[in-house]
Amino acid sequence: MAENQQPDIVEEAAPNEEHYNGDYAIVVEGLTNRFGDQAVHENLSLKVRRGEILGIVGGSGTGKSVLMRSIIGLQIPSEGHIEVLGHSITEAEPDEQIGVRSRWGVLFQGGALFSTLTVGENVEVPLRQFYPEIGDELRHEIARYKVRLSGLPEEATSKYPSELSGGMKKRAGLARALALDPELLFLDEPTAGLDPIAASAFDRRTRELTDTLGLTVFLITHDLDTLYEICDRVAVLADGQVIAVGTIPELLATDHPWIQEYFNGPRGRAAKASRKRAKAMDKQPSGKA
Amino acid sequence: MTEWASYTFEEDNADGAELALAGRLIISSVGSLDGELRNIDRPIARVDIAQVEEIDTVGAWLVWRLARDHDAEITGANDKAQRLIETVRSSASTAEIAPPRMPVFERVPEIVGLTVTGWGKGAIQLVGFFGSILVAFWGMVRQPSRFQTKALVRQIELVGVNSLGIIGLMSFLIGIVIAQQGAVQLRQFGAEIYTINLTGRITLRELGVLMTAIMVAGRSGSAFAAQIGTMKLTEEVDAMRTIGVSPIEALVIPRILAAVLMMPLLGFFSAVIGIIGGAFLADVALDIPFFTFLARIQEVVPLHDVWVGLVKAPVFGLIVGLAGCYQGMQVKSNAEEVGLRTTMAVVQAIFMVIVLDAFFAVFFTEVGWD
Repeated sequence: MAENQQPDIVEEAAPNEEHYNGDYAIVVEGLTNRFGDQAVHENLSLKVRRGEILGIVGGSGTGKSVLMRSIIGLQIPSEGHIEVLGHSITEAEPDEQIGVRSRWGVLFQGGALFSTLTVGENVEVPLRQFYPEIGDELRHEIARYKVRLSGLPEEATSKYPSELSGGMKKRAGLARALALDPELLFLDEPTAGLDPIAASAFDRRTRELTDTLGLTVFLITHDLDTLYEICDRVAVLADGQVIAVGTIPELLATDHPWIQEYFNGPRGRAAKASRKRAKAMDKQPSGKA
Repeated sequence: MTEWASYTFEEDNADGAELALAGRLIISSVGSLDGELRNIDRPIARVDIAQVEEIDTVGAWLVWRLARDHDAEITGANDKAQRLIETVRSSASTAEIAPPRMPVFERVPEIVGLTVTGWGKGAIQLVGFFGSILVAFWGMVRQPSRFQTKALVRQIELVGVNSLGIIGLMSFLIGIVIAQQGAVQLRQFGAEIYTINLTGRITLRELGVLMTAIMVAGRSGSAFAAQIGTMKLTEEVDAMRTIGVSPIEALVIPRILAAVLMMPLLGFFSAVIGIIGGAFLADVALDIPFFTFLARIQEVVPLHDVWVGLVKAPVFGLIVGLAGCYQGMQVKSNAEEVGLRTTMAVVQAIFMVIVLDAFFAVFFTEVGWD
């Protein structure tokens, strides 16, 4: 059915790895993660292109967070090879690992801010850790503009995490993730628990930052609006593997029942409709002018 | 080795001095450049960044700050540099990193004042807390179905059964120490046989219960504070309240009851093991046979020594449980507070136990139980 309506998309839906010849920010090959008898990942492979926002979706318990933890080296995989920004994570020497660590930023699900430090001081922690030669004044300046960059008001800089709302905590976490001007950003459910206005503001901010700073973003989400709004491609996790990677139209062209249910369920349709409306509104003024 | 970014100055231009930046203007290579740029006090008309190989937001910030401070123009910026400079410009902020700190001569009196008033408030709150426990307990007496037997049994296991090993070991060693050190001193008077009196009376009367209370405060009092504190942080306590379960009934009373019930048993157990430790040492080092030692204990230790120990024990248990639960319930904001409150629970409990023990010692002697 989809083929008849959207013939242009079907052409794109051809295996897309072949006509991409840029380099990859993350390469995961043959990843297997086992906890006891239970295998979360079984021979999983995934490539993240440089400069894209890749959304990771999958049902609860399909190992999205475990995949992220494996990539950033918090979880030592049972088997497999992971390469981030050209450095192997699975076989790296500790020194090399530290070097790569300064080139990515991570936003954890709850923000994971250090609760005894202010937002500004939180942003300063990675700066202090990796670049002790940066003077106090410059470090304060960097922390200040990073806080604003993440979309927080100035006053939030000197506040403690317990004084912030959920959405502000996420932004403060983003500010800390951006502290070192990373090339790669990991976001674990950044919009979960935010109101729709805060969530779409966060999405917009992510997109803007990706474009201006030239980031690559690995984004775990359940938020269909986020997927439609800002993701260049989406990877679907199921049965311990990545069952499909592609743009949303490409995914819709596959006939995997989970993907169909995910994107064509009531929420999926609503997100798609609102995306269309937003696009139409974007076009209108320029059309008239 | 890091290659630092650098700058050159050209002053002979007709339209003012030009500062040209070169190299990689990124976070890892601007550490020393920053200080140098700050120290420039000559006027700059233009900041040229055409020679810059690489730039990130930190580099862009340096360029923009330089241009702002000297009222200069930025030239030679490529697309990316322009975009980044625009980004940091719109994010410039003058906010404080940390809330302002008051000068020492204001801060110290304030802390002293807050501490003193805090003691008063703490005492009132503690009485209030004790009151709410009594009220909840009375409610349970009238309506026994509300009593959380499972939670109590679980706490009894944690406070009592699981600590038998460590308390036994500690008491055994203390028994050995008392007997050994006592024997050394008493030998000087030829009164070595009184080692038995010393060991028996001091373990049953004082040390068994006191050391047990200290151990329970460190083991269980801290656990009470940390558990309840963490539950406060994760809003579990609030969730209980909304469901209609009183946290005092579900969390506090089982813990305090477990401490009150277990302390006499553990204290007595500790005294017995202490005596066995003393008997063991006497057998090995003092030529007093093991069973003779035990038989003599019955003769030389008056029964009221056992009662002195057993009367004190539940009071100590109450203090340990109360301090732990009270401090746990006081946690409000963050993880650090859980740690602080846990420490406070243990320190308060041990301190109060020792103060009360001194009081009991005088009291029991006065009433004739010497």
